[in-house]
Amino acid sequence: MSLIIDTKHLAKDYVMGDMIVHALRDAHVQIQAGEFVAIMGPSGSGKSTFMNLIGCLDRPSGGKYFLNGQDVSSLNDDQLADIRNKYIGFVFQTFNLLPRTSAIKNVELPLMYAGVKNRAERAKQALEEVGLGQRIHHKPNELSGGQQQRVAIARAIVNNPVLILGDEPTGNLDSRTAEEIMALFQDMNRKGKTVVIVTHEEDIARHCKRIIRFKDGRILHDGPVEDPVDARDILRHMPDPDEVITADFAV
Amino acid sequence: MNFSDSIVSALRAIMANKLRSALTMLGVVIGVGSVIAMIGIGEGTKQKSLENIQIMGSNMLTVMPNWRRGGVSGGPTDNPTLKEEDIVTLKREVPMINTITGVVQRRMSSRNGNKTHFTQVVGAEPQVALIRNATKMWQGSWYTFEDEAMSERKCVLGFTVYQELFGDGMAEGARIRIGNQNFDVVGVIAYKGGSGMWNPDDQIYVPLSTAKTRLMGKTNLDQIMMQTSNSDLMIVTQGQVEDALMATRKNASGEPLFRVMNQGDIIAQMETQTKLLSMLLAGIASVSLLVGGIGIMNIMLVSVTERTREIGLRKAIGARRETILAQFLLESTVMCVVGGTIGILLGLGSVAFVAQALKVPPVVNTQAIILAFGFSALVGLFFGLYPALRASSLQPIQALRYE
Repeated sequence: MSLIIDTKHLAKDYVMGDMIVHALRDAHVQIQAGEFVAIMGPSGSGKSTFMNLIGCLDRPSGGKYFLNGQDVSSLNDDQLADIRNKYIGFVFQTFNLLPRTSAIKNVELPLMYAGVKNRAERAKQALEEVGLGQRIHHKPNELSGGQQQRVAIARAIVNNPVLILGDEPTGNLDSRTAEEIMALFQDMNRKGKTVVIVTHEEDIARHCKRIIRFKDGRILHDGPVEDPVDARDILRHMPDPDEVITADFAV
Repeated sequence: MNFSDSIVSALRAIMANKLRSALTMLGVVIGVGSVIAMIGIGEGTKQKSLENIQIMGSNMLTVMPNWRRGGVSGGPTDNPTLKEEDIVTLKREVPMINTITGVVQRRMSSRNGNKTHFTQVVGAEPQVALIRNATKMWQGSWYTFEDEAMSERKCVLGFTVYQELFGDGMAEGARIRIGNQNFDVVGVIAYKGGSGMWNPDDQIYVPLSTAKTRLMGKTNLDQIMMQTSNSDLMIVTQGQVEDALMATRKNASGEPLFRVMNQGDIIAQMETQTKLLSMLLAGIASVSLLVGGIGIMNIMLVSVTERTREIGLRKAIGARRETILAQFLLESTVMCVVGGTIGILLGLGSVAFVAQALKVPPVVNTQAIILAFGFSALVGLFFGLYPALRASSLQPIQALRYE
């Protein structure tokens, strides 16, 4: 197996007024290809900072970071943009789709920046993969939260990256939709994608194969998940969303 | 990402944010349009005024009583008057006068049937037609020297008066009322295209003797008009006219009781007026330009948050700095060009419209177009690029979390 993520003494400091906040200190993390990792911890624990660093959305204050064997801590902004475009797919808590722009155009964006030719075709494929083949021309405001997140996932996978990063990808969704999104992530993972998500919900984290816990900017615990939950099983036993509403009225 | 991709995505961004784009373009449209319209109308008015002078007559000198000096220090010598004998003096003393006539005038009402028109009635000898370039007739002919000698009640109508009283019918031979007397229309002067206070179309000419004795009861002249034989020697002629009149028409302290105006003076007077108008319009235009610019700025600044997040996202999924700058530059350029074009068309349209309504020539001032377009485009480009310039140098995560 090859190493996708390899961090050595990774650190991030923020200057706030005359104080220096050590958001992340001395993080050693190695993630192999094909892993499904949850990053957990309370707010301010450094989990999001870590996520932004391994996603090349921010620059470390110290330490080294090797992505897919390449030392990315020394790259300039444009090289980092290319790295993000080629190797990483992002899924955000707030979806971050371009407003008033159709699903397929949103999914095409990374392909456009990559300079790919048959964009529409590949974007359509990606949308079909996340189960939105029927809604490719809908705009974000015409889609439910879960559907918007599916568009975001399609956008994340369309460039065929080695790493998919989810920053609280289920944070804005109800539990059933969250489960559906987790099923999608698990599906990607089974197909060989390395997936790393940040979450503060134990239920969500238990879908992953490994959990790294942060506290006060340091790694507190790093270990495998015993018997991970399969989202498909849970969905099978979940009541239909319509029935849930009926049950609410019954009470 | 190639150039056509950039164009397409810029257009898509404009179309996706129709309101924002429309408001931005509106700023450019207002700025450019108003400047072109205002400057065009101002220039047109100016040109028209100068044309009016040419219509009024060429090589013309006018002597008027100098009311400003007269009647102040008292005494009968201070009463500024012009009399028939002055014409005799001028004819004798100034050989370069081609034709000369005394003029009396008064604003009076004229009536044909149930149509009335209040207008300037000018009493002048028939040679006034030469002096005022009014020999081209629409109907009939001028009254004659015989009519002048006999103090006949005959009149020649300016074209505007004719239209007011007769529509487009036959006026020659008709009888109209001027004041409370009947006059026979002998001719209508062809349209000259004047406007404003000096409109040569809005006048009725009657023989000088008729006007003095029968219509207005004046013994003195209001003006003496003459045409000189040589336009290059206008100033010399003017000096001779002044010298000839100074012998009799001065007050006790030796100041002239008359003044002589040549066309240059009238042109200068008119230019001062039209310049004021032009400056006023230019002022209004610059305010519109400023308002348009502020409009562009507001829209762009209001959307900075949204746009900064958009840039964060675009960077997160792999857009390079120059790609983002190119996109925003293109977006702003397209909006400025489209808005500017609409503004130019609207401006030209209103110039054409107003020019027709005011009967002034439509004038297009290229400098004004370039200036207005340049200013609006600069404002548009700067504030269009502003969020991109700021956000593209942020780390993607900072731009994504911008509030």
